[in-house]
Amino acid sequence: MTGTTITSQPGTPFVEVTREFDATPAQVFRAYTDPELVTQWLGPHGIEMEIFEYDARDGGRYRYVHRDERGEYRFRGVFHTVTANERLIQTFEWEGAPGQVSLDSATFEDLGDGRTRLHTHSVFPSVEARDSAIAGGMSAGITESYERLDVILAKEA
Amino acid sequence: MAVDDEVLDRAFTALGDPVRRALIARLSRGEATVNELAEPFDITKQAVSRHIQVLETAGLITRSRDGQRRPCHLVPAALEALTGWIDTYRLATERSYRRLDAVLEAMEEK
Repeated sequence: MTGTTITSQPGTPFVEVTREFDATPAQVFRAYTDPELVTQWLGPHGIEMEIFEYDARDGGRYRYVHRDERGEYRFRGVFHTVTANERLIQTFEWEGAPGQVSLDSATFEDLGDGRTRLHTHSVFPSVEARDSAIAGGMSAGITESYERLDVILAKEA
Repeated sequence: MAVDDEVLDRAFTALGDPVRRALIARLSRGEATVNELAEPFDITKQAVSRHIQVLETAGLITRSRDGQRRPCHLVPAALEALTGWIDTYRLATERSYRRLDAVLEAMEEK
């Protein structure tokens, strides 16, 4: 069992995430690019997602809204590179902070045996933008208890 | 808990290495000597010792003396400071990926 690893060094504008899935790269790629599937998983817990546009091919645009009891959060961007079953590179912008565009890449590494390791790498326009994006994720209303160590450790040992 | 930024920086830098994270993971299950820590790795004991020194300087682990043994221990407070900073973000991301797990599972059944 492998959890989510997040690497986010202080003083840099990067966030990296690694996570393994019990599925082939083709399946993970589909879950990332088929809007009907994307709405089922992307975004914080307890949020409703509506996609207006999701054209996952080179130069295609996407736009969606997340809704919860506190309001609406609209996001948009462009797919820069879409390589089937291998890689996605896209821009990402919360319309509430226009101009703070990050560049996200997701790579689907084939581990064989129907498993895939996802690597994401996000580049924010500044360290401050990166930190506030993380702080935004932190305010997502999380109350459960969890294993503290595991966080940094990358893996559930 | 107030945390000195410099301490946090040093700790994060120390954890920027996969071997050192693995050492921390091992120590989270209990104290261990350098020999015990070196065992699973395909690197020299000297290299492991250097990693341990980095973790010690960063304040993440301490070493005690027990006769001939000098076991390493985690410093829980230091890790707590680190985990508090990034915990909830990771958890939110992990939750999203758990939904993705479910989506992928449903896909296979089709």
